[in-house]
Amino acid sequence: MTTTPTAKATAEAPDERLVHRSLVRSAMSRPELGAVVGAVAVFIFFSVIADSFLETASLSTVLYASSTIGIMAVPVALLMIGGEFDLSTGVMVTSSALVSSMFSYQMTANVWVGIGVSLLVTLAIGCFNGLMLTRTKLPSFIITLGTFLMLTGLNLGLTKQISGTVSTKSISDMEGFPAAQKVFASQLTLFDVEFQVTILWWLGLVAVATWILLRTRAGNWIFAVGGGSDAARAVGVPVARTKIGLYMGVALAAWISGQHLLFNYDVVQSGEGVGNELIYIAAAVIGGCLLTGGYGSAVGAAVGAFIFGMTSKGIVYAQWDPDWFKFFLGAMLLLATLLNAWIRKRAEAS
Amino acid sequence: MLGAAVVAGVTAAALAGCSSTGGKRAEERRAADAGGESAVDTPRWKVAMVTHSGDGDTYWDIVQSGAKQAAVKDNIEFLYAHDKEAGRQAQLVQSMIDKKVDGLVVTLAKPDAMKSVVQKAVKAGIPVITINSGQEQSKQFGALTHIGQDETVAGEAVGDELNKRGGKNALCVLHEQGNVGHEQRCDGVEKTFKGKLKKLYVDGTNMPDVQSSVTAKLQSDDAVDTVVTLGAPFAATAVKAADEAGSDARTVTFDLNAKVVDGLEDGSVGFAVDQQPYLQGYEAIDLMWLYRYNADMLGGGKPVLTGPQILTKKDAPELADYTERGTR
Repeated sequence: MTTTPTAKATAEAPDERLVHRSLVRSAMSRPELGAVVGAVAVFIFFSVIADSFLETASLSTVLYASSTIGIMAVPVALLMIGGEFDLSTGVMVTSSALVSSMFSYQMTANVWVGIGVSLLVTLAIGCFNGLMLTRTKLPSFIITLGTFLMLTGLNLGLTKQISGTVSTKSISDMEGFPAAQKVFASQLTLFDVEFQVTILWWLGLVAVATWILLRTRAGNWIFAVGGGSDAARAVGVPVARTKIGLYMGVALAAWISGQHLLFNYDVVQSGEGVGNELIYIAAAVIGGCLLTGGYGSAVGAAVGAFIFGMTSKGIVYAQWDPDWFKFFLGAMLLLATLLNAWIRKRAEAS
Repeated sequence: MLGAAVVAGVTAAALAGCSSTGGKRAEERRAADAGGESAVDTPRWKVAMVTHSGDGDTYWDIVQSGAKQAAVKDNIEFLYAHDKEAGRQAQLVQSMIDKKVDGLVVTLAKPDAMKSVVQKAVKAGIPVITINSGQEQSKQFGALTHIGQDETVAGEAVGDELNKRGGKNALCVLHEQGNVGHEQRCDGVEKTFKGKLKKLYVDGTNMPDVQSSVTAKLQSDDAVDTVVTLGAPFAATAVKAADEAGSDARTVTFDLNAKVVDGLEDGSVGFAVDQQPYLQGYEAIDLMWLYRYNADMLGGGKPVLTGPQILTKKDAPELADYTERGTR
């Protein structure tokens, strides 16, 4: 829809002969610049190569795929700017869905009660990650790998123990389900096209995260702890509190994703979610977050998720040989990231 | 302090916000007990089952519940282990041999990796029965018999059924790249199906990805009139995807669960091909008992087929209770 004209303007921005210098300067200082150019390139590529890619219905599908990644990629990006990793995000989403479903079912409670309990449990997991990290000073890689493995086991073990099978029971006939489905998994009709409500959640999270990063004191703290936590502590930044907060932010998004999973499919498989954590991290990195912390943006992560969504669905629209699907996906992502890095280097040089 | 407050708050909220529909209470109302006593007084033999299942797989959960039920009836001590990686599955079989079990039930999803360890078990005098996959290798490795479904035959059954229903353009959705059984199923469909069959690979551990990929495929190819999913959890997602893409494509599926039965009932799922996992587990243990007790072997050692059984709308009412309790 409106993506093309604005994106094009940004695409031409690096050419300093055509645009005012001040505009270029401000564009170049943004971490998401490379990702936006990459997204435009991927978009144009698939528009040319896949004939049904440009239809609004297809765009809605692509946006849905992007949003399910993007909801998680945004807080993951914030965490990475703060200098930390989280490998437990993929299974945390599944845990969150399992908790709501099983609590509601076992207690025969209104599903909103389960949703509330799930929020508390998920935030507690995020808080646990943050506390363990700041108390033990172990690398986040080890802490969250531990959480990842524990959650994977808990998801399976507890579900089997409580439900008797490895997936949850259907809760679609329970009170509160229709309303909760409206909130987490409904479809909105816009210009005769149905859009998934997750897209709104995604955009909302991007807006909130951007506001926190650029307009609040907490935002400064995040950049500071990511740049160097000792220096940050020396100037009075509450390092531990910031990091715990970031992990809880990731948990909050995992809760939103988990509720979408539950209310869209109404039954949750306990083994799902493994491997998704890498996709969230990849989206953040494509969006311009540095693996070393201290640099990046929420908008960039959203654009990274969008590249991921476009690529994975674009390959289907282009009807490429399915045997090579994963190869194409990897190659496209690598190309988009390389283009991103190249643009940033050029921008920094000029 | 905080913990106690949270627990108190949660309990209060739970009591205040009860659902009068669905939930565990409804399940308990429906609950029917299956007997839990052994029917024979043979010695308590120890039988181990080692499969290639991943963690939390619905299908293998049902196989296990069949095996457990037979074990109770036959006074057998049932041991279970699984690993989706062939090398580690072989190690598990080895550890069962070390435990000196009286019988071994294994799957041969990756036959080459399992060959030496299965032969070792046979040499150690442990009777082996293979289930689910490895029909060709079973005899050759020295197993007594094979219980399962020929994947290609099951695929062919789907192709035939689609022809009967007038399908022209089908889409085979594979949820695990590189799974030989999945490829065989799709190839089987292709063999007998008179129309065109296309393949689509999706990421089975990521349900939103499955949905958006199938939607994308249906949007780009509106000739598709049938979506074939290879596992029960993916059928409902395919129905959703077709709905979202505004496509008239019907969904048919391999395997069964409660949602597929609902789908059969309301017509959103055309038919399901069941290989009866409960039967695979139950028969394996029961045949092992027969062999130990009486040196009997059903089918004279020829493969015992548990599928394909084609299930349609008329079977749905009867199946609903069984899927609910996790045995179909």
